[in-house]
Amino acid sequence: MRRRHFLTLSAATLGGVLVYSLDRKASFLASEQKPLRIPLRFFTETEALIVAGAASRIFPSDDSGPGAREAGVSIFIDRQLAGPYGRDRFRYIQPPFEDAPAVLGYQGKETPRELYREALKGLNGFHLLSPGEQDKSLQQIESSVFFALLRQNTIEGMFCDPIHGGNAGMVGWQLVGFPGPRMSNYDEIDKYYGKPFRPKPATLAQVTHAKIRLGEDEP
Amino acid sequence: MKSLPAVDVVIIGGGWSGLLMAKELGSRTSLSVLVLERGPSRETSDYANDMDELDFAIRLHMMQDLSQDTVTFRHNANKRALPLRQHGSFLPGAGVGGSGEHWNAQCPRFLPDCFELLSRTTEKYGAKSLPEGHAIRDWGVTYDELEPFYTRVDRLLGISGKAGNLRGQKIDGGNIFEGWRSEEYPTPPTKMPYFAALFRDAANSLGYHPYPVPSANISQTYTNPDGISRGGCTYCGFCGRFGCMVGAKAQPTNLLLPIIQKRKNIVLRTGAWVRRILFDAASKPAARGVTYIDAHGEEVFQPASLVILSSWTFSNTRLLLLSGIGEPYDPATGRGTVGRNLTHQVSVPSANAFFKEPLNRFMGSGSAGMLMSDFDGDVFDRGTLPFLRGGFFSARGFGFQPIGSFGVLPRSVKATWGSEWKKAAVSYYDRTGAIIFTGEHLAYKNHFMDLDPTYKDKLGDPLLRLTLDWRENERNMVDFTTPKAVEIARAMHAEEVDAFPGLRSYDTTRYQSTHVQGGTVMGSSPDQSVVNPFLQHWQLPNLFILGGSTFPQNSSANPTPTILAFAYRTADALVNRYLKNPGTLA
Repeated sequence: MRRRHFLTLSAATLGGVLVYSLDRKASFLASEQKPLRIPLRFFTETEALIVAGAASRIFPSDDSGPGAREAGVSIFIDRQLAGPYGRDRFRYIQPPFEDAPAVLGYQGKETPRELYREALKGLNGFHLLSPGEQDKSLQQIESSVFFALLRQNTIEGMFCDPIHGGNAGMVGWQLVGFPGPRMSNYDEIDKYYGKPFRPKPATLAQVTHAKIRLGEDEP
Repeated sequence: MKSLPAVDVVIIGGGWSGLLMAKELGSRTSLSVLVLERGPSRETSDYANDMDELDFAIRLHMMQDLSQDTVTFRHNANKRALPLRQHGSFLPGAGVGGSGEHWNAQCPRFLPDCFELLSRTTEKYGAKSLPEGHAIRDWGVTYDELEPFYTRVDRLLGISGKAGNLRGQKIDGGNIFEGWRSEEYPTPPTKMPYFAALFRDAANSLGYHPYPVPSANISQTYTNPDGISRGGCTYCGFCGRFGCMVGAKAQPTNLLLPIIQKRKNIVLRTGAWVRRILFDAASKPAARGVTYIDAHGEEVFQPASLVILSSWTFSNTRLLLLSGIGEPYDPATGRGTVGRNLTHQVSVPSANAFFKEPLNRFMGSGSAGMLMSDFDGDVFDRGTLPFLRGGFFSARGFGFQPIGSFGVLPRSVKATWGSEWKKAAVSYYDRTGAIIFTGEHLAYKNHFMDLDPTYKDKLGDPLLRLTLDWRENERNMVDFTTPKAVEIARAMHAEEVDAFPGLRSYDTTRYQSTHVQGGTVMGSSPDQSVVNPFLQHWQLPNLFILGGSTFPQNSSANPTPTILAFAYRTADALVNRYLKNPGTLA
């Protein structure tokens, strides 16, 4: 068994928003509350801090709104890597593995888990750098397979249904005006031509009141 | 190997065409019908709980599990093919209903001359106009012969739209370039998302002829001739890549399965992976049945008097090759038929338009929008243009979700991550839409499918190998149509418009369409085709093949209504002729 690792999140790092712990209980982190210790499924604590730092440079929190830090992107990625996606359950992984032009897609042998674990070794100490130094460090790897994966996973963690561990408090959805899964837009689709229609967002569980099966929990 | 009790009909694949054939044969005759589907059963009651972009639109939970079986790809026969290790340019579905569950349900018909492409083109432009190395063929069926079956498909699906050609009478507001229709669509057009309404008005102002997408996401409550009722679309936006949570989208599970489940003579068996079709080659050639791996992993023999092969294009072709039925196509000699005429479809975002005002892009459906066929087929004056055929534009409100659609930016924004990128991507998020061009893909002698010499599926059987690339005809077609889309986007008062840069080599990573055709093509001659125009195998008269694999080349239109029209035609030929007197139909 691997030693249990936790990511410690303070109200300050999360900006005082809802986060979903591993047992899917929603907690509201107000500033007066104690830091929340979230158990990690795949990353070590240091790895999670590096991923959190890198995701925050890809999708920063700035004057245009919240970013990867508030959305809990590193927690989302931890769960994805621990599940079937992380070990390439659905990818064709028979050898031989050959180099190929980009138009043939990713041909590597390494699973997402392996790509992360290997790349994070090379980013040792990343979370201790200043934002400017972190950007320089990422610029050096921005054409790598790992960086493309991290960037894609960061966007996923910003905008997924919060039940997957990212988009905490629906901060990502609110940032772009996405309301989540709405059962009907019949009355609105042709009534808001040229004007914003921004219904209050709701998660899938809030909409259907049903138990949602999650890909990351499948074998 | 265990041999199961014989059935009258075994159907391989439980998607649109397999289940339609099961419904037709099982309800019009008393034959015992067994459908073998390799994927899982489906619970349409789960579709509301499946409105999750990550698991369904990004991780693609309804698609084939590529860890078990994929295809290999190469751009030409001099290259080594490599496996498509993850989904990309097409998305074949898995499980009951197949790709018919997760489709966008856009339902135009093929233009009449598509079915006689070789003779009509030669007649009008001469043989010299045909591209070098082409393999264009007539289908052996005309549009006029197919029209009654198209109409049955319209009624089965309850398609929403507006006719543009009723028995030769052109009607403004519909597609005036379409083939004649014997009757109006069963239901009126869907509501229009804002982006599509902008496109409609701009195209009209330029003198074009836009029309509402013929949509099997129906606009209002409809009861089809089988007595199946569905409600209208709610424009929730969870459409393509999802099953429909209100059942407004026509799907095999809501139109065909309820009837099949009531018939005691039809059995649908899931988790059944058909490996071979067995046949006798002796004095009276015939298929004997199939072998399959059942849900427990045991390989069994299922004898049958009639075999219907109705899986997707790839599995139809691969099963014939694995079973040794017919002669594999060899592009070097032109001999053989199995695997020939592989085509995909041109599908490019001709113009990415960026607007000042928000578009409310989360509302919509996969087929709520407008099409425009002024540059389709051979309907326009092509003068000295350096290509044959054409395609149509679409402006649809698919129902955009943020993981997949965040980050579409004007080319003037160079950043791809960090604060500058994020600010731009947030700002443009709901202000961008694409005018998509979908064009015909001609058949070429060097585009084909065969068995891969290296890579195997989970059972150790060779994967199917695709050899395919874009040619001058497709590149020139895109280069000609792209500026037309840019002109329309400008007339939509977009602030900024980016033109598609042009087709290069075929990119397996960019989703284009799930409209891959050929491999077991139909035709009038056994040395050029695998099945006759009734989709009956030339050598094994009790084997019928349904689906896009029978198309000699591709149209610009989405294939499902055409696939279903041919399935109806074959069902009629089986019930009215073959079953009374089994033998060759053509």
